Amino acid sequence: MSPKHYYNEMVDPQDRVRSLYAGTAEWLSGIRPEQLEEKRAEAEILFRRVGITFNVYGEEAGAERLIPFDIMPRILSACEWQTISKGAIQRVRALNAFLWDIYHEREIIRAGIVPESVLTNPMYRPEMIGVDVPGGIYAHIAGIDIVRTGENQFHVLEDNLRTPSGVSYMLENRKMMMRLFPELFHRHPIAPVEHYPQVLLDNLRAVAPPGVRNPTVVLLTPGAYNSAYFEHAFLAQQMGIELVEGQDLFVRDDAVFMRTTGGSRRVDVIYRRLDDDFVDPLAFRPDSMLGVPGLISVYRNGGVSLANAIGTGVADDKAIYTYVPEMVKFYLGESPVLENVPTYRLARQDDLAYVLEHLSELVVKEVQGSGGYGMLVGPAASKAMLSDFRARILDKPENYIAQPTLALSTCPTLVEQGIAPRHVDLRPFVLSGKTVSLVPGALTRVAMKEGSLVVNSSQGGGTKDTWILEARTPC
Amino acid sequence: MLSRTADHLYWMARYIERAENMARLLDITHKMSLVPNARRSEETIWQPPVSIAGNIAAFAQDYGVYSTHNVFRYLALDIRNSSSIVSTLNSARENARAVRVAMPSEMWENINALWLELHARLRNGIGEGDLGEFCDWVKSSSHLFRGVTFGTMLRDDAFHFVQLGGAVERADNTARLLDVKYHLLLPASEEVGGALDYYEWSALLRAVSSFQAYQKIYRDRIEPWRVAELLVLRADLPRSLHACLDQLMPLLEKLGGNESLRLAGELHARLHYGRMEDIFQEGLHEFLSEFILDNSQLGAEIQRSFLSTPV
Repeated sequence: MSPKHYYNEMVDPQDRVRSLYAGTAEWLSGIRPEQLEEKRAEAEILFRRVGITFNVYGEEAGAERLIPFDIMPRILSACEWQTISKGAIQRVRALNAFLWDIYHEREIIRAGIVPESVLTNPMYRPEMIGVDVPGGIYAHIAGIDIVRTGENQFHVLEDNLRTPSGVSYMLENRKMMMRLFPELFHRHPIAPVEHYPQVLLDNLRAVAPPGVRNPTVVLLTPGAYNSAYFEHAFLAQQMGIELVEGQDLFVRDDAVFMRTTGGSRRVDVIYRRLDDDFVDPLAFRPDSMLGVPGLISVYRNGGVSLANAIGTGVADDKAIYTYVPEMVKFYLGESPVLENVPTYRLARQDDLAYVLEHLSELVVKEVQGSGGYGMLVGPAASKAMLSDFRARILDKPENYIAQPTLALSTCPTLVEQGIAPRHVDLRPFVLSGKTVSLVPGALTRVAMKEGSLVVNSSQGGGTKDTWILEARTPC
Repeated sequence: MLSRTADHLYWMARYIERAENMARLLDITHKMSLVPNARRSEETIWQPPVSIAGNIAAFAQDYGVYSTHNVFRYLALDIRNSSSIVSTLNSARENARAVRVAMPSEMWENINALWLELHARLRNGIGEGDLGEFCDWVKSSSHLFRGVTFGTMLRDDAFHFVQLGGAVERADNTARLLDVKYHLLLPASEEVGGALDYYEWSALLRAVSSFQAYQKIYRDRIEPWRVAELLVLRADLPRSLHACLDQLMPLLEKLGGNESLRLAGELHARLHYGRMEDIFQEGLHEFLSEFILDNSQLGAEIQRSFLSTPV
């Protein structure tokens, strides 16, 4: 596809600047390229100083990396945001209803909408059957990955319901932009996002075990060597809660406590940034040094709340993804505001045949893969890669789904050659607990390489500040 | 607060203090090596710092000869030496990073910036010629750390543990420095008061930022016994043993230490009520050795009662 086939969020096909970006374009025309480069370099120094870095496993200490930050903002209008937020909230409500259902009545299976095979999915946790979590909420924090393919075309690419990360970049990118370009904030009515940690804390407190009046909330991290450690530390600090490691917690008398200099103290809500497999060596992986022995038993008895709940992975599995629009109709009786990307389930014979015939045009993903690993991008793949993947699909078709190569929209991005369009996606964070809501903002990830459609930071993707402009007139 | 958090804060402060004192030690030794001195060879000048703050056997194996170049490399830059400046600053930052939530972000950024600059300096290369400037930089970085701590931290337990780490480490370092240098500097004969003496004793005082304080207090020539009195008993000199214990006592009271408070109280009484004549009669070296031992026992008790995480 030529660049003209992609929706460029800043300029229309006739090279006219869209009205949303008029202020930015005007500002850009008065600034020299060297100044932009200076600002970019300044941002890098500041990010290093603050320690907004991620660790690269296997490299020596000091090899902490920065996720590339692009100083060009991504702008969305109030009306665009209304669609996105309505759709994301709707989706998360349906997903939480689905999670409650498959761990209780399984009505959606009995109705023949989702196949019974979901119960044998490795992410389905039998430990959760019949467990009543406060408020019936499983995914307290959900990252909904959205791509744009046209003027009013937004599709959900993926739901992240386990331990979605990236929100610290949404907040830090905003802080950085305000520092670098205060003048831009005078020109644009940009909706604030800074209260995210407060909203998160309100929601976490709301899901404390029944009867707890002033709950103690903690954030459980795998530790300082985890790649997302900065975010864990940042969120704990912003919420004013303890950042704990597994070794700081212990279980006694059917309750969870933390070890403090003044003795032990009861913990009511754990915002855990540790995968299911690691949270409790007695319940899941016995070799986990990161978790808390006995935690799951307390959790099942309602002595502590976990956010997100155990067993949410079954709902963000790429094979289940295809059923989410039907879940919206089934549980909410509404029609989906945001559509899925058309997806072929290779477990189905017709789909399998079609995909094998059109492999070089499609993107094939492993059902449980994440972070851009275990994925085939047909148009960019060599003959050898295609035949290798064909063999893997035939071996276990149910492990894969396929999607058409998406025409991801582009945004102006500062690269070596100057400002050029690069492909982006969008991850808003939906919070559930007290209510279901999101702050007006999201993480925009950008593929820094020309033509690349892979935005994951593990694959060299960068991030941008994302502006939702407040409406002057109703949509 | 979490015991693990207290542990990281306490050790972060100890490591910063240790780096500062190592820089002071290197700096004073370097200054002593700069004047012509018939009494001492390069080896007798550079050996004591290694014996105070390093491992003689490891040094002998890796470097062999005591020279400015070797000792500077070993005590300042060698990451195989866990007490070197680079190692202690790395450890300080690692501890800080593990509990960056427990301190104001300005404080974390300060310590992170210090660490980033350290590594930028290492990349550019640090040679023997940079010794003075490097040590000055370490010292002023430590001052900055102390300043941001005082200026931004809430006066809660986290703050108290940071202060505690600094005070325990500082007491240890002052005692060691005085112990080794005092005996090295004491003249064999009675010929005291020469230019060389003045130079060396003033260097020792400067190493603990006490030269001007000495002059202000005594307004007289530099006498060895007064130097000892200043660094041991004067409560108004911030790096003296007495001042360190003055600082420790209320911290341990606030934190509710039992055995640690008792140990500190004993040490404190010795300094608060002690007389220099008696200390000299017992022997300054004996007094300091015992102090170092008791102080490290106090450190172990703090570790046991507040910081370790028993299962």
